[in-house]
Amino acid sequence: MQKINSPSEMVEMRDLCQAAFARQKVRFLVCAGTGCIAGGSMEVYAELKRLISEKGIDIDVELLFEGQESDAGAAKSGCHGFCQMGPLVRVEPKGTFYTKVKASDVPDIITATLDEDTVVERLLFKNPDGNKAVAEHDVSFYSRQTRIVLAGCGTIEPEDIRNYFAVDGYLALADIFLNHSPEQVIDIVTKSGLRGRGGGGFPAGRKWKAGLDAKATPKYVVCNGDEGDPGAFMDRSVLEGNPQAVLEGMTIAAYSIGARYGVIYVRAEYPLAVVRLLKAIEQAKEYGVLGENIMGTGFDFDIEVFQGAGAFVCGESTALTLSIEGKRGMPRVAPRPRTTEVGLYDKPTLLNNVKTFAYIPDIIRKGADWFKAIGTESSSGTAVFALTGHIANSGLIEVPMGIKLREIIFDIGGGIPKGGKFKAVQTGGPSGGCLPESLLDTPIDYDSLDEAGSIMGSGGMVIMNEKTCMVDVAKYFLQFTEEESCGQCVPCRLGTKQLLEILKDICKGRGKKEDMDLLVELSHSVHGGSVCGLGQTAANPVLTTLRYFKSEYEAHINDKCCPAGVCKDLISFRIDEDKCKGCTLCARACPVSAISGEKKEVHVIDQTLCIQCGICLDKCPNKFSAVECVSPKIIVTPKEKMEVS
Amino acid sequence: MEERLSKVLAPYKGKHNALIPILQEVQAELGYLSDEAMMEIAKTIGLPESQVYGVATFYAQFYFSRRGKNQTKVCTGTACHVKGAARVLDAFERELGITCGTTSEDYEHSLETVACVGSCALAPVVVVNEEVYGQFKSSKISKILENLKE
Repeated sequence: MQKINSPSEMVEMRDLCQAAFARQKVRFLVCAGTGCIAGGSMEVYAELKRLISEKGIDIDVELLFEGQESDAGAAKSGCHGFCQMGPLVRVEPKGTFYTKVKASDVPDIITATLDEDTVVERLLFKNPDGNKAVAEHDVSFYSRQTRIVLAGCGTIEPEDIRNYFAVDGYLALADIFLNHSPEQVIDIVTKSGLRGRGGGGFPAGRKWKAGLDAKATPKYVVCNGDEGDPGAFMDRSVLEGNPQAVLEGMTIAAYSIGARYGVIYVRAEYPLAVVRLLKAIEQAKEYGVLGENIMGTGFDFDIEVFQGAGAFVCGESTALTLSIEGKRGMPRVAPRPRTTEVGLYDKPTLLNNVKTFAYIPDIIRKGADWFKAIGTESSSGTAVFALTGHIANSGLIEVPMGIKLREIIFDIGGGIPKGGKFKAVQTGGPSGGCLPESLLDTPIDYDSLDEAGSIMGSGGMVIMNEKTCMVDVAKYFLQFTEEESCGQCVPCRLGTKQLLEILKDICKGRGKKEDMDLLVELSHSVHGGSVCGLGQTAANPVLTTLRYFKSEYEAHINDKCCPAGVCKDLISFRIDEDKCKGCTLCARACPVSAISGEKKEVHVIDQTLCIQCGICLDKCPNKFSAVECVSPKIIVTPKEKMEVS
Repeated sequence: MEERLSKVLAPYKGKHNALIPILQEVQAELGYLSDEAMMEIAKTIGLPESQVYGVATFYAQFYFSRRGKNQTKVCTGTACHVKGAARVLDAFERELGITCGTTSEDYEHSLETVACVGSCALAPVVVVNEEVYGQFKSSKISKILENLKE
């Protein structure tokens, strides 16, 4: 290990690390993101290491900085983003991309790579056109993406800083030490047009300028990794997959505003991100790119990791800083000074999202114009989304701003699986809205989504098929915000509660005709009267579903019918007597023994016992499809048994 | 217990702003925050007990009663919700015989929901004792519970 003693040594360090990688003839990168680990990628990694060493060849887990070439290297990478197809293995230098790899596939991968110089066909991803994709960029899911923040996720080993050095890591920091004053750095950030990626979209340059102008000291740089939106995991993947980029971005920010301390606020639910960050900080300090006297310049900046304790509202800047101070995370009441003036410990604090910081090193290295050229006039750069729900290719994507929702869903996402039909796309989490098919040509940028009634948010994008009940979705989000409301202001505390109660009534078949108007009126009150963003946007899911899916509300209220077959109180399951073959699968699976009928006898569901769990529907073999979900509810139960025809 | 507690608390004497890390460490050590532990924490850092409770009860991470040996968390994030998390939760309630948010009488199992574990591409997701299960099907439950007994 070699400590960096001056900014000019960074280039030498990069070359040294690149040379070390070049010594490995092939390199296996096994995805160690949370998704792939859940799928068993660590067993794949262990098997890979075991088999390679068994072969008696020179396996190189540690990088070699001197000496011989090695035959193979193995490393654990961060999240590639295509979590649904995990565990993923990438083989460098060719970039061969294997999906759904099991430990038992490892021998074939090794033989193909090391002995035969071929690929294992069966593990390649099959594109919708039927062609198999050998490398990652051939996969339809990746080919239309523009990866900046995610570029390092999946290609480098997050627990080894030398991987980051090899891809120009910390060269941006070295460059500003050598060539730029704080004002000049802020100027670059301003010109790049970078807007805060936490969801609000506030121009980053302006925020940094306010941080620099603030007079009080000490100043703090805080990274918001409290990714509380359900249905989102972009920040998690960046923190887990490329933590050094976040550290470098924060250090550049600290240099720009004159801060000495930084804090990264990470959600309690992200234990792996915490482990990787702590390791990253330790290594950065060892190499002298963080901590005291960074790169021998005399500039000090230290970063601590703070683990959140589970409160959605702490994503709000003032609540987040109070939480770090050990208090209840209740947003400060406006009018209040900006966090850049009065933030953590009442001192000037620059608070940005994980991704905002992660963009910085690239923007400094490649210039403001490069970033500005990507995306649209008002929203430059790329947007990172967690594409999930009823979508064929689920995972993490990065696309240029301005791309249409339709392209994301159908070209990158591969459309709705199992012959399903698209119904809605939800962005912005509990603060966002649900957009229908007619708005699929809306371009992705802060202003267009706002106009449509949703928000960009920090990047959750959940696709819903025709079997999703939009009233239930509104109820789901209100349940979330009602629970997460900090309770200090009445419009949010009671407003979300009342909205939820009305929605619950509608889903239970107790909705009244006037409820829809009442929901709208109440939504506007909650929006106008709440103290912070949580309350102000809490009604968005209600307003957008009412605006675009009104007929579903009407069906629930007027006909006591849930067209999607979701709301338990409005549905029944029945068995089609012409289709039932009397296989007994459903009857045996029914947890409440509500299904009667012997083998080869038409089965009947006793509606008085049925709890609408839907297990019979899942169990009934596709070739019979005898169980169906009906709405409105069946009241009468036929009693007599019938023979199979 | 007292000994374990004082060991955790020792470095934090008088440190108000470390309250959340303290609560996390104590919970990690004892499994939950007992009345006695809360009193000790208040005394150690020099805050009124009411304030310590005020902060602890604000956050979802903290528990104030003993929990089961095995902890099951059903993710109810948006992606999991649209992919049937509610049915998965129902199934766990039936199989474990406890309602969400409670612990079984023999302290073998606790069941709760979690807002989002960030593995949305694998929805629906269930976390049992730190192990993440993706694309969850209710039919897997009995096998998982059986494995826990071993």
